[in-house]
Amino acid sequence: MADLRDMYQEVILEHAKAPRNYRALETPDRKAEGFNPLCGDRCTIYLMMQGDVIDDISFQGSGCAISRASASMMTQSLKGKTTREAEELFQNFHNMVTGRNHHDQEAQMGKLAALAGVSAFPTRVKCATLAWHTLQAALHDEREGERKGEREPITTE
Amino acid sequence: MSTQTLSVHQPGAAIDAVDFNVEKVRADFPVLRERIYGRPLIYLDNAATSQKPDAVIEAITHYYRHDNANIHRGVHLLSQRATESYETAREKVRSFLHAADAREIVFVRGATEGINLIAQTYGRTHVGAGDEVLITAMEHHSNIVPWQILCEEKGAFLRVAPINDRGELLLDEMKALLGPRTKLVAIAQVSNALGTINPIKQIVRMAHEKNVPVLVDGAQATPHLSVDVQDLDCDFYVFSGHKIYGPTGIGVLYGKAALLEAMPPYQGGGDMISSVTFEKTIYNKVPHKFEAGTPHIAGVIGLGAAIDYLEKLGINAIGAHEQQLLEYATERVRAIPGVRLIGTARHKAGALSFVMDSIHPHDIGTILDQEGIAVRTGHHCAQPVMDRFGIPATVRASFGLYNTKDEIDSLVQGIEKVKEILG
Ligand SMILES: Cc1ncc(COP(=O)(O)O)c(C=O)c1O
Repeated sequence: MADLRDMYQEVILEHAKAPRNYRALETPDRKAEGFNPLCGDRCTIYLMMQGDVIDDISFQGSGCAISRASASMMTQSLKGKTTREAEELFQNFHNMVTGRNHHDQEAQMGKLAALAGVSAFPTRVKCATLAWHTLQAALHDEREGERKGEREPITTE
Repeated sequence: MSTQTLSVHQPGAAIDAVDFNVEKVRADFPVLRERIYGRPLIYLDNAATSQKPDAVIEAITHYYRHDNANIHRGVHLLSQRATESYETAREKVRSFLHAADAREIVFVRGATEGINLIAQTYGRTHVGAGDEVLITAMEHHSNIVPWQILCEEKGAFLRVAPINDRGELLLDEMKALLGPRTKLVAIAQVSNALGTINPIKQIVRMAHEKNVPVLVDGAQATPHLSVDVQDLDCDFYVFSGHKIYGPTGIGVLYGKAALLEAMPPYQGGGDMISSVTFEKTIYNKVPHKFEAGTPHIAGVIGLGAAIDYLEKLGINAIGAHEQQLLEYATERVRAIPGVRLIGTARHKAGALSFVMDSIHPHDIGTILDQEGIAVRTGHHCAQPVMDRFGIPATVRASFGLYNTKDEIDSLVQGIEKVKEILG
């Protein structure tokens, strides 16, 4: 039971119920859709870039508490970050939820550290990383040029 | 008694259920002694796969320990023994499905392969450009995708008979969709996501009036209902061994002999031929024509043992016991505030699907797992069903012959715990 409460912390449930930045951007520079075929979770990430910096970020979708909270917290932590910083953060986040982080690294994750409890639930890692995988696809969306938004959704499988 | 509307309302079935000693049968399943996070395992994911009794595990072990040899090709005694066990199992399947002739029983990997076999053989020879294949809105992906592949290749169309909000097939709409271009109907006898039992006999009659053959996907029916393919009069019937307490990797395709004989082979190889020269190959008789290569001999023997086991307990007694569980679970789960059942057909078997207000099935599944309760969460390989009900996923508790009312009480307590943690 201790583990369950670790994962479903108050702050996570609160984000899941009232996710931040939950809206579509009308004219996003970049956009990508993600899908977790295992549980049917869907997630769309919208980005406004200022050069290489994430100027605005939002998401929409349906999913479990973990995937919603993770997406919500991700959008909060990425505003103003460069593409590179975002990818580094993803790497650290991925290490954290798969239990490969040292505790001192978790300390640098800020609010995102609340999701560390996911590492005790291997079947839920994909829920926590769906938004991040989708973000990565969105960051690379630029190269898709004309076909923007028409790609198959990326999946966690 | 109709094979498709078996329920405890029928007096015979109710008496069967009284005779059923669930505590005794539980002892036959070693996995039920497993502990999950220190708690007893409550296995409510039987629609995904069922657990295996000692009798099945021992039959497989015995085969490998004492009889292992290739079949249909050795003069030596071991090969004769293996061949005999294999063909005896075919006869058991024949009797299980009440088929007329063991030649009508083809061993395949599972329901999925059975459907693909029909799509690739019967389908490719009978479905052409502009023709139609008719399925329903409650099919498993394995009874959708093989037809999409076929239709794509042939320029044919897939038609889908709709369902109502209870998850029941709309028969009038289905009838209207049976047109001059319909070449095949493919339909589940029992829906895996909703538990609905379809009136197969009536549907077969409807299709036959238009000279359309019917394939029945019995993957979810065979665990719960007594099946009589001659009474149903279906043309093809498929099911999977692993869902009736047998091994994975083995399943059955039944086809009426005349249809099987007229069909081209599925795969080429050994065992499916009677003679081969580089100029001409003559195919073996059915069913061997469809069993190319060394088959899953141990699987077939395990499946035979599973059928013996089911018949020893009595499929009607099992069905009646599971029907009581389903009714009890429906009543109890429905009464929990915030829970909505998905699939409330009047005739159901095996599965109870539900969603909860603002709590995602995946979170429910994780919390139930911590209680030792195994349920399935997700779209159950039936995404169109989820779309029909406007939901991404459900929680599905599905019952097997070894489940008990106490386990359902634990499920209900588990759901209360979900509300406590996430509510
Ligand atoms: C209704 C139905 N049809 C077909 C299948 C496919 O069975 P298998 O995966 O054993 O081939 C399943 C399995 O989940 C099912 O429930």
